[in-house]
Amino acid sequence: MALHVDDLRVYYRTLAGDVKALDGVTFEVADGEIMGLAGESGCGKSTLGKSLIRLDGRMRYVDGHAVLDGEELPIWDDGAMNAFRFRSVSIVPQYAMSALNPTRKIGRMIHELLRARGVDPHKTQPELQRRLELVGLDIGVLGLYPIELSGGMKQRVVMVISTLLDPALLIADEITSALDVSTQKAVAQTLVEIRDRGFVKSMIFITHDLAVLYQVADTILVMYAGKLAEKAPADEIVSNPRHPYTRLLVSSLPEVGVRYEEKELTGIPGRPPSLLDPPTGCRFRSRCPLATARCEQEPPWVEQNGRGIACWEAKPTPVPAPAAPLVGNAR
Amino acid sequence: MLRLDGVSKTYRVGSLGRGRLTAVRDVSFELNPGEVLSVIGESGSGKSTIGRMILRLLLPTAGSITYDDADIGALHRGALKDYYRNVQGVFQDPFSSYNPIFKADRIFSMVHAEFFPRVGADEWRQRVHEALESVGLNPRDCLHKFPHQLSGGQLQRLLIARALLLDIQYLVADEIISMLDASTRIDVLNLLADLKTRGLGILFITHDLSLGNYISDRTIILRHGCVVELGATQKVFGDPRHAYTQDLLASVPLLSEKWRRSDAGSSPAVRLPEQAEAPELVRVDDDHLVAAG
Repeated sequence: MALHVDDLRVYYRTLAGDVKALDGVTFEVADGEIMGLAGESGCGKSTLGKSLIRLDGRMRYVDGHAVLDGEELPIWDDGAMNAFRFRSVSIVPQYAMSALNPTRKIGRMIHELLRARGVDPHKTQPELQRRLELVGLDIGVLGLYPIELSGGMKQRVVMVISTLLDPALLIADEITSALDVSTQKAVAQTLVEIRDRGFVKSMIFITHDLAVLYQVADTILVMYAGKLAEKAPADEIVSNPRHPYTRLLVSSLPEVGVRYEEKELTGIPGRPPSLLDPPTGCRFRSRCPLATARCEQEPPWVEQNGRGIACWEAKPTPVPAPAAPLVGNAR
Repeated sequence: MLRLDGVSKTYRVGSLGRGRLTAVRDVSFELNPGEVLSVIGESGSGKSTIGRMILRLLLPTAGSITYDDADIGALHRGALKDYYRNVQGVFQDPFSSYNPIFKADRIFSMVHAEFFPRVGADEWRQRVHEALESVGLNPRDCLHKFPHQLSGGQLQRLLIARALLLDIQYLVADEIISMLDASTRIDVLNLLADLKTRGLGILFITHDLSLGNYISDRTIILRHGCVVELGATQKVFGDPRHAYTQDLLASVPLLSEKWRRSDAGSSPAVRLPEQAEAPELVRVDDDHLVAAG
């Protein structure tokens, strides 16, 4: 098991109190797996991604563990995390432009970066060139400034740099969101290629766009208001969602081919709860069409047949075994 | 009717404006009442420039935009104000469209003072409430709040309500739902479709093909400022004739079908060379024009 996250809690410090952006999530990412992380803005998906590599100043580690290849990531210790960054955990941020130094040519920037990490840049040079070619970039980009590249090229340069030392875990945070459709496809497919060639072991691909996730991810984890809602293989999330939130989310997506006159889609009424003082029980309760009195208790996270769900009312997938009381690792 | 005739726009770029960048080349189309026309293109295709020219935030370098046979470039003072009573725009980022220190109702009072000074306060309140209800907002929930207290979907609907107060005939909607979450964006989209059935003409500018397909009657595909394909939405999406349109459609991620893996990691979709002149449009079907070459 490449990554094992156990009951991770990370809050944001604000003047009004702690915003519980990540409030107890538990999951695993297998070797060679691309796990998609989906959810609306403010559901904690980027917080989860960031907390696995670097907490920014406002974020506060509260509880939980993250174990990568048998080694615990010291999330709470910024200094100790440095040994893991780039070598074992790497990130591709949403805006590639802000990840590249605008005053350095790409080649020189990579050179400096590697030296700062104690790696001999000359040794990695052939591998760097090979990988740039692989993602469809000319070696010439090394002599260019970031401003001279297009958005998709910058995104791919950052992807090559991030994975240069073959990290075990790559976090891709909304990397396709700011791109045009054709570039988006090329970048998303490059990610899959990077995994297929073994440059990274596992990947967490964060995006709000379920359609893109379906294209690249093996499993999809849906978050809602700082907690996990559902986890299942990508095909299952799209074709057979069980959590009412996932179901409504999937059915609200307009696809090419769906037209207003023929099929009017509906959104989800209401808005996510404030995480400053989140409601007790199921957090989707106020917007959920299935909600009952039982939902005032927090639903346990139940994992079965490779899919997990946190919902009292969702119908379980038909299982051949006689119906046993659902007991999961409730927390 | 809103009509664009051979409209081009060239920006001056670079130091001292020595460079020239042609954002829109020789674009012609009509927008009728009760119709949603999608303008779809990738970044840099000139789609927003077209919207801004229609709103007269920019003047075209060549060609003309006419509203009911009057060239909007020649409108001044009272006539221009009348134009804005009829044509309004809503933009992408709802959070930057508002003044953060004004409460939401202030934008309505500004419309009141500017356009309807003779309408009494009570009647105006009534009109505001009607406009809010027609966009699915509860006046009590949103009027006395600051923008940061409202969600993106609510803010966009407030802006549409503001436009509706002016008895508009046409709305330029420039990427108005790109910043919204999946669960709320469809509601705003349905609202636009509802306004259309009430006779509003909507120019729906987007980069998202599935949204354009969902809502629009007619579609324009733009590339490097030139019209590549234009026609009834079902024809453009159902039977794309131009290589660029086909290419775009093949890149759209679908929930029903995975991308073909054969071209994994290949270079981004066909990059046709930029042309100096706008290609000529050829009629291939009823209400379906395609750029030659």
